[in-house]
Amino acid sequence: MTRPLGMVAAVRLVAGREIRMKLRSKAFLIATGVLMLLVVAAVVVGGIAGSSESTTKVAATGAAIEQLRAVPGLEVTKASDAASAEGLVRSGEVEAAVIPDPSTALGLTVVALEAVPGGLVQLLSVSPSVELLEPPTQNPFLAYLAAIGFGIIFFVSAMTFGMTIAQSVVEEKQTRIIEILMSTVPVRALLAGKILGNSALAFGQILAIGGLAAIGMAATRQELLLGDIGPALAWFVVFFLFGFVLLAAIYSATAALVSRQEDVGTATAPATYLVMIPYFLVIFFFDNPLVLGIMSYVPFSAPVGMPMRVFLGSAEWWEPLVSLAVLLVSTALVVLLGARMYSNSLLRTGARVRLREALGSR
Amino acid sequence: MLELRGIVKNFGDRRALNDVSFAVRSGRITGFVGGNGAGKTTAMRVILGVLRPDAGAVTLDGQPLTPAVRSGFGYMPEERGLYPKMKVAEQIEYLGRLHGMAAADARRATTELLEQLDLADRADATVESLSLGNQQRAQIAAALVHDPGVLVLDEPFSGLDPMAVDTVLAVLKRFADKGARVLFSSHQLDIVERLCDDLVVIAGGEVRAAGSRDELRAAHTRNRYELHTSKSTEWLHSEPSLTVLELDGGRAVFETDEPAAAQEALRRASTTGPVLRFGPLHPSLADIFKEVVR
Repeated sequence: MTRPLGMVAAVRLVAGREIRMKLRSKAFLIATGVLMLLVVAAVVVGGIAGSSESTTKVAATGAAIEQLRAVPGLEVTKASDAASAEGLVRSGEVEAAVIPDPSTALGLTVVALEAVPGGLVQLLSVSPSVELLEPPTQNPFLAYLAAIGFGIIFFVSAMTFGMTIAQSVVEEKQTRIIEILMSTVPVRALLAGKILGNSALAFGQILAIGGLAAIGMAATRQELLLGDIGPALAWFVVFFLFGFVLLAAIYSATAALVSRQEDVGTATAPATYLVMIPYFLVIFFFDNPLVLGIMSYVPFSAPVGMPMRVFLGSAEWWEPLVSLAVLLVSTALVVLLGARMYSNSLLRTGARVRLREALGSR
Repeated sequence: MLELRGIVKNFGDRRALNDVSFAVRSGRITGFVGGNGAGKTTAMRVILGVLRPDAGAVTLDGQPLTPAVRSGFGYMPEERGLYPKMKVAEQIEYLGRLHGMAAADARRATTELLEQLDLADRADATVESLSLGNQQRAQIAAALVHDPGVLVLDEPFSGLDPMAVDTVLAVLKRFADKGARVLFSSHQLDIVERLCDDLVVIAGGEVRAAGSRDELRAAHTRNRYELHTSKSTEWLHSEPSLTVLELDGGRAVFETDEPAAAQEALRRASTTGPVLRFGPLHPSLADIFKEVVR
């Protein structure tokens, strides 16, 4: 009735179980919902901030009417004379009135109720023309938002699913079902299934967030922003995919060293630092080209660093490809080492397994 | 026939198994007996391929074990473990599929097994919500779901009440009757004595005795007799050809190399009063075990 399971089939079964059990966890579903809400909120807030060039209502008389029509951002109400314009200001129908006044340099007087209408005054002022030798390609505020966005999403997803893998590894050790599993399928299939299952979940979450952000931007008419961030977002998804597999291998290998859930935190601390460091670096140094440049090539921080540089326009077209190659090679190496630590530590229950023993050959 | 030949396994400086050889025959239940740390679990892990021996080999019908062959083995480890948050049936089905069963086959086999083990009504309960005895039954179902040709059970009866022991016994017997090779370890020597056809006694990582239960018993039977009368049996001391081992009022155990002398003692006893019991005394498994392990 049974026929030995192929490697691929075994990996698929194990991965399927990981995904099924995670999707059954209420805590996970709620946390994902909250994360989604945060993304929607960020997009909406960004939309409001981006559309701050709202129109100002102004009353004007005489020659000022034609003059103001030429200024963008103003909604001009015609008034028959200065008194009726003033009346409109007092009634609050307009923010200010503009009356021709030959005695001033500009030939206009602005009438307002209590405060100087700064926006209007600026629109009517004459400024010298400015030439920037190195104009920033991105609005610094948007760059900051993008840094926080990439940083938080990477941090939250990597932590959530990294810890899920770690707990799943220790659960199998603690409940000793590992012995049945080891006698049934190859250890490599177990590890691969775990990593792939959780990577698929993490990747799904990232795709959902990216998709939601894109739809949100389109819905709030921020096509411009979407056009700017789109390529960076796409690179982020690609880098995250492989970067997460790397972290997942570290999480599972370090978790395999211990046998109790209470020890998971301590055992996986190195992996946690590797997740936290890029997060803080990108938030504090998003405008520092040197730090970003290094981050974009170090495998652990490349998933955050490279998309950030793509967004800022400071990366050449080939740079993401080189960085991706570096990431792929390191991921392959770490997965091999991790698999060795994992299989060497699985049957060792009780005290924590020493790193040297875990890495040694059986 | 599952055969271990010259298995050696070291853990660091400690030799856990030293030249261990024995066979588990088809259609028979083999009991694996030994004290704590004798090497039972290590030997079982070697059979299952969870541990790699430093020397020696395990074969099935003369063929070396490959992962493909081993996927037809059923294993119940000493340290019990199933996923606490998974449902019983779901979990057993999952393990069946890991053994290579098609989804529908795994589902059908799970339903049947849970019926046989009186666990059908808890099929949709999570494992952590089961009583210890029921967790044990679920564990046994997990080892049997794929209809294994080789069954290796580490202490399958510990934690079971007498009724559950009988249920599990019946299921194991059914497997053996179908031709499976069944190896189980136990500390409960009375159960081993009742259930198993063959016996392997291990101590200090070495096999001390192996063979059928009856052969072992015969090999360790000395010419001992038990005599139980309603009167005192003090007079046995004065019989020159008998060695009295135990004497407690009307009950006595003696040893003699001459069967005729034992019959003579019976005749004499019957003249003093009614004989309640007389016969050769077979050693219990516990006796053999203590003697072999010493």
